[in-house]
Amino acid sequence: MKERMRHLTLTGLLLVAILVSVGCDTGHRFVKKTEFKDGETIVITFAGPVDEAWAKEKANYAVYEEPDPDILLPIKEIRLSPDRTKVTLSFDDGLNTRQAHVLKTKEMLSEGRSQGTAVLTVKKLYFGLLLSIFIGAMLVNNFVFTKYLGLCVFFGTSQRKSTAVGMGITFTIVIVFAAMMAWALYQFVLKPFQLTFLNIVVFIGLVSLSVQAVDTILRKVNPALFKAFGVYLVLVIANCIAIAVPLILADNEYTGPESFMLALGAGLGFLVALFLMSSARERLELANVPPSFRGLPIAFIVAGLFALAFLGFSGMSIH
Amino acid sequence: MAARTKTNKELFFNGILNENPIFRLALSMCPAVGISTTVMNGLLLGMAVLFVQVFSSCTIALIKDYIHPRIRIPTYTLTIATWVTVIDLVLAAYVPVAYKAMGIFVKLIVAFAIITMRLEMFASKNSVTASFCDGLGMGLGFMFAMMTLGFVRELLGMGTVLGYDVLGFCPLLFFVLPSAGFFVVGLMMAMFNYIEIVYNRRKKVKR
Repeated sequence: MKERMRHLTLTGLLLVAILVSVGCDTGHRFVKKTEFKDGETIVITFAGPVDEAWAKEKANYAVYEEPDPDILLPIKEIRLSPDRTKVTLSFDDGLNTRQAHVLKTKEMLSEGRSQGTAVLTVKKLYFGLLLSIFIGAMLVNNFVFTKYLGLCVFFGTSQRKSTAVGMGITFTIVIVFAAMMAWALYQFVLKPFQLTFLNIVVFIGLVSLSVQAVDTILRKVNPALFKAFGVYLVLVIANCIAIAVPLILADNEYTGPESFMLALGAGLGFLVALFLMSSARERLELANVPPSFRGLPIAFIVAGLFALAFLGFSGMSIH
Repeated sequence: MAARTKTNKELFFNGILNENPIFRLALSMCPAVGISTTVMNGLLLGMAVLFVQVFSSCTIALIKDYIHPRIRIPTYTLTIATWVTVIDLVLAAYVPVAYKAMGIFVKLIVAFAIITMRLEMFASKNSVTASFCDGLGMGLGFMFAMMTLGFVRELLGMGTVLGYDVLGFCPLLFFVLPSAGFFVVGLMMAMFNYIEIVYNRRKKVKR
Protein backbone atom coordinates (compact mmCIF):
# COMPACT_ATOMS: atom_id res chain seq x y z
CA MET A 1 0.00 0.00 0.00
CA LYS A 2 2.84 2.35 0.90
CA GLU A 3 4.57 1.51 -2.37
CA ARG A 4 1.45 2.38 -4.32
CA MET A 5 1.05 5.67 -2.51
CA ARG A 6 4.66 6.58 -3.24
CA HIS A 7 4.13 5.84 -6.93
CA LEU A 8 1.05 8.00 -6.94
CA THR A 9 2.87 10.92 -5.35
CA LEU A 10 5.81 10.59 -7.74
CA THR A 11 3.55 10.57 -10.79
CA GLY A 12 1.76 13.62 -9.48
CA LEU A 13 5.01 15.50 -8.93
CA LEU A 14 6.23 14.55 -12.40
CA LEU A 15 3.05 15.90 -13.97
CA VAL A 16 3.42 19.18 -12.10
CA ALA A 17 7.07 19.44 -13.18
CA ILE A 18 6.16 18.93 -16.83
CA LEU A 19 3.43 21.51 -16.53
CA VAL A 20 5.75 24.10 -15.05
CA SER A 21 8.43 23.50 -17.65
CA VAL A 22 5.99 23.95 -20.53
CA GLY A 23 7.11 27.20 -22.10
CA CYS A 24 6.59 28.81 -25.46
CA ASP A 25 9.16 28.99 -28.18
CA THR A 26 8.62 32.31 -29.86
CA GLY A 27 10.71 32.41 -33.02
CA HIS A 28 12.39 35.78 -32.36
CA ARG A 29 15.75 36.01 -30.65
CA PHE A 30 14.91 39.09 -28.58
CA VAL A 31 11.62 37.72 -27.28
CA LYS A 32 12.02 34.99 -24.71
CA LYS A 33 8.45 34.03 -24.00
CA THR A 34 4.87 34.94 -24.77
CA GLU A 35 1.98 33.56 -22.77
CA PHE A 36 -1.60 34.04 -21.75
CA LYS A 37 -2.35 35.01 -18.21
CA ASP A 38 -5.69 35.02 -16.35
CA GLY A 39 -7.57 34.57 -19.63
CA GLU A 40 -7.49 38.28 -20.44
CA THR A 41 -3.86 39.38 -20.67
CA ILE A 42 -0.83 38.47 -22.75
CA VAL A 43 2.61 38.65 -21.13
CA ILE A 44 5.67 39.15 -23.31
CA THR A 45 9.08 38.48 -21.77
CA PHE A 46 12.04 40.12 -23.53
CA ALA A 47 15.67 39.03 -23.37
CA GLY A 48 16.74 42.53 -22.33
CA PRO A 49 15.18 45.75 -21.05
CA VAL A 50 13.01 47.63 -23.55
CA ASP A 51 12.47 51.39 -23.73
CA GLU A 52 9.51 52.57 -21.71
CA ALA A 53 8.25 55.04 -24.33
CA TRP A 54 8.21 52.30 -26.93
CA ALA A 55 6.66 49.70 -24.69
CA LYS A 56 3.79 51.93 -23.49
CA GLU A 57 2.69 52.87 -27.03
CA LYS A 58 -0.44 50.97 -28.01
CA ALA A 59 0.17 51.49 -31.75
CA ASN A 60 3.31 49.38 -31.51
CA TYR A 61 1.31 46.19 -31.03
CA ALA A 62 -1.25 44.44 -33.19
CA VAL A 63 -3.00 41.37 -31.83
CA TYR A 64 -5.50 39.15 -33.60
CA GLU A 65 -6.79 35.61 -33.47
CA GLU A 66 -5.01 33.41 -35.97
CA PRO A 67 -8.03 32.51 -38.17
CA ASP A 68 -9.22 36.12 -38.61
CA PRO A 69 -6.34 38.56 -39.15
CA ASP A 70 -8.76 41.40 -40.03
CA ILE A 71 -10.20 41.71 -36.54
CA LEU A 72 -7.62 43.45 -34.37
CA LEU A 73 -8.24 43.09 -30.67
CA PRO A 74 -8.33 46.48 -28.87
CA ILE A 75 -5.67 46.85 -26.18
CA LYS A 76 -6.93 48.41 -22.96
CA GLU A 77 -3.80 48.87 -20.94
CA ILE A 78 -0.07 48.20 -21.13
CA ARG A 79 2.02 47.57 -18.04
CA LEU A 80 5.78 47.31 -17.88
CA SER A 81 7.59 45.44 -15.12
CA PRO A 82 10.16 47.45 -13.06
CA ASP A 83 13.14 45.73 -14.72
CA ARG A 84 11.58 46.61 -18.12
CA THR A 85 11.76 43.06 -19.48
CA LYS A 86 8.11 42.08 -19.10
CA VAL A 87 5.22 43.74 -20.92
CA THR A 88 1.66 42.88 -19.94
CA LEU A 89 -1.06 43.68 -22.45
CA SER A 90 -4.62 43.68 -21.17
CA PHE A 91 -7.62 43.61 -23.44
CA ASP A 92 -11.14 45.00 -23.21
CA ASP A 93 -12.85 41.66 -23.71
CA GLY A 94 -11.57 38.36 -22.40
CA LEU A 95 -9.34 36.43 -24.74
CA ASN A 96 -10.35 33.11 -26.18
CA THR A 97 -7.27 31.32 -24.91
CA ARG A 98 -8.17 28.09 -26.69
CA GLN A 99 -7.46 29.91 -29.95
CA ALA A 100 -3.93 30.73 -31.09
CA HIS A 101 -3.27 34.49 -31.24
CA VAL A 102 -0.79 36.36 -33.44
CA LEU A 103 1.04 39.33 -31.93
CA LYS A 104 2.88 41.69 -34.26
CA THR A 105 5.20 44.36 -32.89
CA LYS A 106 6.72 47.33 -34.66
CA GLU A 107 10.46 47.90 -34.48
CA MET A 108 11.46 47.10 -30.89
CA LEU A 109 13.73 49.58 -29.14
CA SER A 110 16.05 48.43 -26.38
CA GLU A 111 18.55 50.82 -24.77
CA GLY A 112 18.35 52.97 -27.88
CA ARG A 113 19.15 50.09 -30.23
CA SER A 114 16.69 48.56 -32.63
CA GLN A 115 15.92 44.86 -32.31
CA GLY A 116 13.80 44.61 -35.47
CA THR A 117 10.13 43.75 -35.80
CA ALA A 118 8.62 40.53 -34.56
CA VAL A 119 5.66 38.33 -35.47
CA LEU A 120 4.85 36.18 -32.49
CA THR A 121 2.38 33.41 -31.97
CA VAL A 122 0.77 33.16 -28.57
CA LYS A 123 -0.92 29.88 -27.91
CA LYS A 124 -1.65 27.47 -25.20
CA LEU A 125 -0.07 24.14 -25.91
CA TYR A 126 -2.76 21.53 -26.38
CA PHE A 127 -0.82 19.26 -24.09
CA GLY A 128 -0.81 21.99 -21.48
CA LEU A 129 -4.55 22.48 -21.87
CA LEU A 130 -5.16 18.78 -21.36
CA LEU A 131 -2.93 18.76 -18.31
CA SER A 132 -4.65 21.80 -16.88
CA ILE A 133 -8.02 20.07 -17.26
CA PHE A 134 -6.61 16.97 -15.59
CA ILE A 135 -5.01 18.80 -12.66
CA GLY A 136 -8.06 21.03 -12.44
CA ALA A 137 -10.43 18.09 -12.07
CA MET A 138 -8.14 16.21 -9.72
CA LEU A 139 -6.88 18.85 -7.29
CA VAL A 140 -7.95 22.43 -7.96
CA ASN A 141 -11.62 21.59 -8.38
CA ASN A 142 -11.55 18.28 -6.57
CA PHE A 143 -15.07 16.93 -6.94
CA VAL A 144 -15.38 15.91 -3.30
CA PHE A 145 -13.63 18.73 -1.44
CA THR A 146 -14.35 21.76 -3.61
CA LYS A 147 -17.46 20.78 -5.56
CA TYR A 148 -19.13 18.74 -2.79
CA LEU A 149 -20.31 15.92 -5.01
CA GLY A 150 -20.46 12.20 -4.35
CA LEU A 151 -20.60 12.67 -0.60
CA CYS A 152 -22.91 9.75 0.17
CA VAL A 153 -20.51 7.23 -1.33
CA PHE A 154 -17.55 9.19 -0.01
CA PHE A 155 -18.65 8.91 3.61
CA GLY A 156 -19.91 5.37 3.10
CA THR A 157 -16.71 3.85 1.77
CA SER A 158 -13.98 5.81 3.54
CA GLN A 159 -13.85 3.78 6.75
CA ARG A 160 -11.11 1.36 5.67
CA LYS A 161 -8.14 2.08 3.45
CA SER A 162 -8.63 -1.11 1.45
CA THR A 163 -12.28 -0.30 0.75
CA ALA A 164 -11.38 3.26 -0.16
CA VAL A 165 -8.75 2.25 -2.70
CA GLY A 166 -11.01 -0.43 -4.19
CA MET A 167 -13.87 2.00 -4.58
CA GLY A 168 -11.60 4.68 -6.03
CA ILE A 169 -10.11 2.40 -8.68
CA THR A 170 -13.46 0.91 -9.69
CA PHE A 171 -14.97 4.35 -9.91
CA THR A 172 -12.11 5.64 -12.09
CA ILE A 173 -12.52 2.79 -14.57
CA VAL A 174 -16.28 3.23 -14.81
CA ILE A 175 -16.22 7.01 -15.04
CA VAL A 176 -13.67 7.03 -17.88
CA PHE A 177 -15.72 4.46 -19.74
CA ALA A 178 -18.98 6.35 -19.17
CA ALA A 179 -17.51 9.75 -20.01
CA MET A 180 -16.14 8.59 -23.36
CA MET A 181 -19.52 7.10 -24.29
CA ALA A 182 -21.29 10.23 -23.10
CA TRP A 183 -18.97 12.41 -25.18
CA ALA A 184 -19.55 10.33 -28.33
CA LEU A 185 -23.29 10.24 -27.78
CA TYR A 186 -23.48 13.97 -27.09
CA GLN A 187 -21.31 15.08 -30.03
CA PHE A 188 -22.63 12.68 -32.66
CA VAL A 189 -26.23 12.04 -31.69
CA LEU A 190 -27.72 14.52 -29.23
CA LYS A 191 -26.19 17.68 -30.69
CA PRO A 192 -26.75 17.04 -34.42
CA PHE A 193 -30.39 16.13 -33.78
CA GLN A 194 -30.88 18.98 -31.28
CA LEU A 195 -31.91 16.69 -28.47
CA THR A 196 -29.72 18.30 -25.84
CA PHE A 197 -32.69 18.78 -23.52
CA LEU A 198 -32.62 15.01 -23.08
CA ASN A 199 -29.12 15.24 -21.53
CA ILE A 200 -30.16 14.18 -18.03
CA VAL A 201 -32.31 11.26 -19.11
CA VAL A 202 -29.71 9.96 -21.56
CA PHE A 203 -26.71 10.35 -19.27
CA ILE A 204 -28.28 8.67 -16.26
CA GLY A 205 -29.20 5.71 -18.46
CA LEU A 206 -25.70 5.71 -19.90
CA VAL A 207 -24.06 5.60 -16.48
CA SER A 208 -26.17 2.62 -15.38
CA LEU A 209 -25.40 0.96 -18.71
CA SER A 210 -21.66 1.43 -18.39
CA VAL A 211 -21.72 0.06 -14.85
CA GLN A 212 -23.48 -3.00 -16.21
CA ALA A 213 -21.02 -3.21 -19.13
CA VAL A 214 -17.94 -2.94 -16.92
CA ASP A 215 -19.49 -5.55 -14.64
CA THR A 216 -19.97 -8.03 -17.51
CA ILE A 217 -16.59 -7.40 -19.15
CA LEU A 218 -14.66 -7.60 -15.89
CA ARG A 219 -16.42 -10.81 -14.89
CA LYS A 220 -15.35 -12.49 -18.15
CA VAL A 221 -11.91 -10.95 -18.67
CA ASN A 222 -10.49 -10.87 -15.18
CA PRO A 223 -12.47 -12.83 -12.58
CA ALA A 224 -9.88 -12.18 -9.88
CA LEU A 225 -10.20 -8.44 -10.29
CA PHE A 226 -13.97 -8.78 -10.40
CA LYS A 227 -13.93 -10.61 -7.09
CA ALA A 228 -11.99 -7.77 -5.53
CA PHE A 229 -13.86 -4.82 -7.03
CA GLY A 230 -17.27 -6.17 -8.07
CA VAL A 231 -18.90 -5.10 -4.81
CA TYR A 232 -18.21 -1.44 -5.45
CA LEU A 233 -19.70 -1.39 -8.94
CA VAL A 234 -23.27 -0.99 -7.68
CA LEU A 235 -22.25 1.95 -5.53
CA VAL A 236 -20.94 3.83 -8.56
CA ILE A 237 -24.50 4.45 -9.79
CA ALA A 238 -25.34 6.15 -6.51
CA ASN A 239 -22.38 8.50 -6.92
CA CYS A 240 -23.41 11.87 -8.27
CA ILE A 241 -19.93 12.53 -9.72
CA ALA A 242 -20.70 9.80 -12.25
CA ILE A 243 -23.58 11.84 -13.62
CA ALA A 244 -21.90 15.23 -13.06
CA VAL A 245 -18.91 14.48 -15.32
CA PRO A 246 -20.99 13.81 -18.47
CA LEU A 247 -23.08 16.91 -17.75
CA ILE A 248 -19.97 19.08 -17.33
CA LEU A 249 -18.32 17.84 -20.50
CA ALA A 250 -21.52 18.45 -22.43
CA ASP A 251 -21.92 21.95 -21.00
CA ASN A 252 -18.33 22.92 -21.85
CA GLU A 253 -18.32 21.27 -25.29
CA TYR A 254 -15.15 19.32 -24.50
CA THR A 255 -13.41 17.37 -27.26
CA GLY A 256 -12.61 13.66 -26.96
CA PRO A 257 -9.16 13.93 -25.33
CA GLU A 258 -10.39 16.72 -23.06
CA SER A 259 -13.31 14.60 -21.88
CA PHE A 260 -10.95 11.73 -21.24
CA MET A 261 -8.70 13.92 -19.11
CA LEU A 262 -11.67 15.35 -17.19
CA ALA A 263 -12.99 11.89 -16.40
CA LEU A 264 -9.56 10.58 -15.43
CA GLY A 265 -8.96 13.61 -13.22
CA ALA A 266 -12.37 13.25 -11.59
CA GLY A 267 -11.79 9.55 -10.92
CA LEU A 268 -8.28 9.98 -9.54
CA GLY A 269 -9.37 13.01 -7.53
CA PHE A 270 -12.07 10.88 -5.94
CA LEU A 271 -9.47 8.19 -5.23
CA VAL A 272 -7.14 10.73 -3.60
CA ALA A 273 -9.97 12.14 -1.48
CA LEU A 274 -11.09 8.67 -0.39
CA PHE A 275 -7.56 7.63 0.47
CA LEU A 276 -6.85 10.75 2.55
CA MET A 277 -10.16 10.48 4.34
CA SER A 278 -9.81 6.76 5.11
CA SER A 279 -6.32 7.33 6.53
CA ALA A 280 -7.72 9.99 8.86
CA ARG A 281 -10.75 7.91 9.84
CA GLU A 282 -8.66 4.86 10.73
CA ARG A 283 -6.85 7.06 13.22
CA LEU A 284 -10.10 8.55 14.47
CA GLU A 285 -11.27 5.17 15.68
CA LEU A 286 -8.52 5.20 18.28
CA ALA A 287 -9.27 8.77 19.34
CA ASN A 288 -11.50 9.69 22.23
CA VAL A 289 -14.35 11.43 20.43
CA PRO A 290 -17.24 12.94 22.45
CA PRO A 291 -20.26 10.60 22.22
CA SER A 292 -22.48 13.01 20.31
CA PHE A 293 -19.80 13.46 17.64
CA ARG A 294 -19.14 9.75 17.09
CA GLY A 295 -19.64 8.40 13.60
CA LEU A 296 -20.79 10.75 10.87
CA PRO A 297 -20.56 14.16 12.63
CA ILE A 298 -16.83 13.91 13.28
CA ALA A 299 -16.30 12.57 9.74
CA PHE A 300 -17.96 15.72 8.45
CA ILE A 301 -15.71 17.94 10.55
CA VAL A 302 -12.63 16.09 9.26
CA ALA A 303 -13.86 16.46 5.70
CA GLY A 304 -14.32 20.18 6.37
CA LEU A 305 -10.68 20.45 7.43
CA PHE A 306 -9.61 18.62 4.28
CA ALA A 307 -11.75 20.98 2.22
CA LEU A 308 -10.02 23.95 3.84
CA ALA A 309 -6.66 22.43 2.94
CA PHE A 310 -7.77 21.86 -0.63
CA LEU A 311 -8.65 25.56 -0.87
CA GLY A 312 -4.87 26.01 -1.08
CA PHE A 313 -4.83 24.33 -4.46
CA SER A 314 -6.91 27.15 -5.92
CA GLY A 315 -3.66 29.10 -6.19
CA MET A 316 -2.53 26.50 -8.67
CA SER A 317 -5.35 27.13 -11.12
CA ILE A 318 -4.01 27.39 -14.63
CA HIS A 319 -5.82 29.43 -17.23
CA MET B 1 -43.94 -1.86 15.39
CA ALA B 2 -47.46 -3.09 14.71
CA ALA B 3 -48.35 -3.48 11.04
CA ARG B 4 -50.83 -0.67 11.26
CA THR B 5 -51.26 1.55 8.25
CA LYS B 6 -50.38 5.12 9.01
CA THR B 7 -52.83 7.89 8.37
CA ASN B 8 -51.98 10.47 5.73
CA LYS B 9 -51.24 13.03 8.38
CA GLU B 10 -48.73 10.74 10.07
CA LEU B 11 -47.11 10.03 6.73
CA PHE B 12 -46.75 13.73 6.14
CA PHE B 13 -45.05 14.47 9.47
CA ASN B 14 -42.93 11.32 9.29
CA GLY B 15 -40.82 12.86 6.52
CA ILE B 16 -40.40 16.17 8.32
CA LEU B 17 -39.40 14.91 11.75
CA ASN B 18 -38.83 11.20 12.38
CA GLU B 19 -37.21 10.40 9.06
CA ASN B 20 -35.84 13.76 8.03
CA PRO B 21 -33.76 13.01 4.92
CA ILE B 22 -30.71 15.04 5.89
CA PHE B 23 -30.52 15.06 9.69
CA ARG B 24 -31.91 11.61 10.45
CA LEU B 25 -31.34 9.43 7.38
CA ALA B 26 -28.10 11.21 6.34
CA LEU B 27 -29.03 10.93 2.67
CA SER B 28 -28.50 13.51 -0.09
CA MET B 29 -25.65 15.24 1.68
CA CYS B 30 -24.11 16.85 -1.42
CA PRO B 31 -26.57 19.76 -1.77
CA ALA B 32 -26.70 20.13 2.03
CA VAL B 33 -23.00 20.96 1.99
CA GLY B 34 -22.73 22.52 -1.43
CA ILE B 35 -25.36 25.20 -1.76
CA SER B 36 -26.81 25.83 1.68
CA THR B 37 -25.05 29.20 1.88
CA THR B 38 -28.28 31.23 2.02
CA VAL B 39 -31.88 30.56 3.03
CA MET B 40 -33.04 31.44 -0.49
CA ASN B 41 -30.83 28.80 -2.16
CA GLY B 42 -32.05 26.20 0.31
CA LEU B 43 -35.67 27.18 -0.33
CA LEU B 44 -35.33 27.01 -4.12
CA LEU B 45 -33.53 23.68 -4.24
CA GLY B 46 -35.91 22.37 -1.59
CA MET B 47 -38.86 23.35 -3.79
CA ALA B 48 -37.27 21.65 -6.80
CA VAL B 49 -36.73 18.45 -4.80
CA LEU B 50 -40.27 18.65 -3.38
CA PHE B 51 -41.66 18.92 -6.91
CA VAL B 52 -39.62 16.00 -8.24
CA GLN B 53 -40.36 13.84 -5.19
CA VAL B 54 -44.12 14.41 -5.23
CA PHE B 55 -44.54 13.94 -8.96
CA SER B 56 -42.27 10.88 -9.19
CA SER B 57 -44.05 9.29 -6.20
CA CYS B 58 -47.44 9.87 -7.80
CA THR B 59 -46.28 8.62 -11.20
CA ILE B 60 -44.83 5.41 -9.78
CA ALA B 61 -47.87 4.87 -7.53
CA LEU B 62 -50.07 5.19 -10.63
CA ILE B 63 -48.17 2.76 -12.83
CA LYS B 64 -46.84 0.37 -10.15
CA ASP B 65 -49.01 -2.53 -11.33
CA TYR B 66 -47.53 -2.43 -14.83
CA ILE B 67 -43.83 -2.42 -13.89
CA HIS B 68 -42.06 -5.74 -14.07
CA PRO B 69 -40.14 -6.19 -10.80
CA ARG B 70 -36.85 -6.86 -12.61
CA ILE B 71 -36.78 -3.51 -14.37
CA ARG B 72 -38.21 -1.45 -11.53
CA ILE B 73 -35.01 0.43 -10.65
CA PRO B 74 -34.34 1.65 -14.24
CA THR B 75 -38.01 2.68 -14.43
CA TYR B 76 -37.67 4.72 -11.23
CA THR B 77 -34.51 6.37 -12.54
CA LEU B 78 -36.09 7.32 -15.85
CA THR B 79 -39.21 8.66 -14.13
CA ILE B 80 -37.08 10.83 -11.85
CA ALA B 81 -34.90 11.97 -14.77
CA THR B 82 -38.00 13.06 -16.68
CA TRP B 83 -39.33 15.18 -13.83
CA VAL B 84 -35.86 16.61 -13.17
CA THR B 85 -35.64 17.68 -16.79
CA VAL B 86 -39.00 19.43 -16.41
CA ILE B 87 -38.00 21.37 -13.29
CA ASP B 88 -34.56 22.09 -14.75
CA LEU B 89 -36.01 23.72 -17.86
CA VAL B 90 -38.66 25.57 -15.83
CA LEU B 91 -36.10 27.02 -13.41
CA ALA B 92 -33.72 27.95 -16.23
CA ALA B 93 -36.54 29.83 -17.95
CA TYR B 94 -38.15 31.62 -15.00
CA VAL B 95 -35.42 32.23 -12.38
CA PRO B 96 -32.17 32.32 -14.39
CA VAL B 97 -30.13 34.10 -11.69
CA ALA B 98 -30.90 31.63 -8.91
CA TYR B 99 -30.56 28.79 -11.39
CA LYS B 100 -26.99 29.89 -12.10
CA ALA B 101 -26.21 30.08 -8.37
CA MET B 102 -27.35 26.51 -7.89
CA GLY B 103 -25.27 25.38 -10.84
CA ILE B 104 -25.24 21.72 -11.58
CA PHE B 105 -27.12 20.72 -8.44
CA VAL B 106 -30.57 21.01 -10.00
CA LYS B 107 -29.63 18.48 -12.66
CA LEU B 108 -28.08 16.28 -10.00
CA ILE B 109 -31.42 15.89 -8.20
CA VAL B 110 -31.62 12.87 -10.48
CA ALA B 111 -28.93 11.15 -8.41
CA PHE B 112 -30.38 11.97 -4.97
CA ALA B 113 -30.65 8.72 -3.06
CA ILE B 114 -33.63 9.95 -1.04
CA ILE B 115 -36.01 10.07 -4.02
CA THR B 116 -35.18 6.61 -5.34
CA MET B 117 -35.39 5.25 -1.82
CA ARG B 118 -38.91 6.62 -1.26
CA LEU B 119 -40.05 5.20 -4.61
CA GLU B 120 -38.66 1.77 -3.77
CA MET B 121 -39.77 1.70 -0.14
CA PHE B 122 -43.11 3.46 -0.34
CA ALA B 123 -44.62 4.57 -3.63
CA SER B 124 -44.27 1.16 -5.27
CA LYS B 125 -46.43 -0.43 -2.58
CA ASN B 126 -49.01 2.24 -1.70
CA SER B 127 -51.89 4.18 -3.18
CA VAL B 128 -51.54 7.48 -5.00
CA THR B 129 -52.91 9.54 -2.09
CA ALA B 130 -50.61 7.93 0.46
CA SER B 131 -47.63 8.33 -1.87
CA PHE B 132 -48.55 11.97 -2.40
CA CYS B 133 -48.53 12.62 1.35
CA ASP B 134 -45.32 10.69 1.84
CA GLY B 135 -43.63 12.56 -1.02
CA LEU B 136 -44.89 15.89 0.30
CA GLY B 137 -43.56 15.11 3.78
CA MET B 138 -40.17 13.98 2.54
CA GLY B 139 -39.82 16.94 0.20
CA LEU B 140 -40.82 19.39 2.95
CA GLY B 141 -38.44 17.66 5.35
CA PHE B 142 -35.62 18.15 2.89
CA MET B 143 -36.64 21.76 2.32
CA PHE B 144 -36.82 22.38 6.07
CA ALA B 145 -33.34 20.92 6.59
CA MET B 146 -31.85 22.91 3.73
CA MET B 147 -33.43 26.13 5.01
CA THR B 148 -32.18 25.48 8.56
CA LEU B 149 -28.66 25.00 7.27
CA GLY B 150 -29.00 28.05 5.05
CA PHE B 151 -30.34 30.07 7.99
CA VAL B 152 -27.40 29.18 10.24
CA ARG B 153 -24.80 29.82 7.56
CA GLU B 154 -26.34 33.05 6.31
CA LEU B 155 -26.87 34.43 9.82
CA LEU B 156 -23.41 33.56 11.08
CA GLY B 157 -21.62 34.26 7.84
CA MET B 158 -23.19 37.50 6.65
CA GLY B 159 -25.47 38.59 9.49
CA THR B 160 -28.52 38.51 7.23
CA VAL B 161 -31.62 36.37 6.81
CA LEU B 162 -33.19 36.10 3.35
CA GLY B 163 -31.07 39.09 2.35
CA TYR B 164 -32.39 41.34 5.16
CA ASP B 165 -29.82 42.70 7.55
CA VAL B 166 -30.56 41.30 11.00
CA LEU B 167 -27.43 41.58 13.09
CA GLY B 168 -25.87 44.62 11.45
CA PHE B 169 -22.42 43.02 11.40
CA CYS B 170 -21.01 39.74 10.19
CA PRO B 171 -19.85 37.56 13.06
CA LEU B 172 -17.90 34.82 11.26
CA LEU B 173 -17.17 35.28 7.61
CA PHE B 174 -15.87 31.73 7.62
CA PHE B 175 -19.43 30.35 7.37
CA VAL B 176 -20.05 31.63 3.86
CA LEU B 177 -16.92 29.89 2.66
CA PRO B 178 -17.90 26.73 0.81
CA SER B 179 -15.91 24.41 3.06
CA ALA B 180 -17.87 25.57 6.11
CA GLY B 181 -20.76 23.47 4.79
CA PHE B 182 -19.06 20.37 6.14
CA PHE B 183 -18.64 21.95 9.57
CA VAL B 184 -22.21 23.17 9.81
CA VAL B 185 -23.70 19.82 8.78
CA GLY B 186 -21.36 18.02 11.17
CA LEU B 187 -22.22 20.33 14.07
CA MET B 188 -25.97 20.09 13.37
CA MET B 189 -25.81 16.29 13.35
CA ALA B 190 -23.84 16.34 16.58
CA MET B 191 -26.48 18.63 18.08
CA PHE B 192 -29.30 16.26 17.13
CA ASN B 193 -27.30 13.36 18.58
CA TYR B 194 -26.72 15.31 21.78
CA ILE B 195 -30.41 16.12 22.17
CA GLU B 196 -31.22 12.46 21.65
CA ILE B 197 -28.67 11.36 24.24
CA VAL B 198 -29.96 13.84 26.85
CA TYR B 199 -33.57 12.90 26.10
CA ASN B 200 -32.85 9.19 26.51
CA ARG B 201 -31.01 9.78 29.78
CA ARG B 202 -33.95 11.75 31.19
CA LYS B 203 -36.33 8.98 30.22
CA LYS B 204 -34.17 6.45 32.06
CA VAL B 205 -34.05 8.62 35.18
CA LYS B 206 -37.85 8.93 35.21
CA ARG B 207 -38.20 5.18 35.11
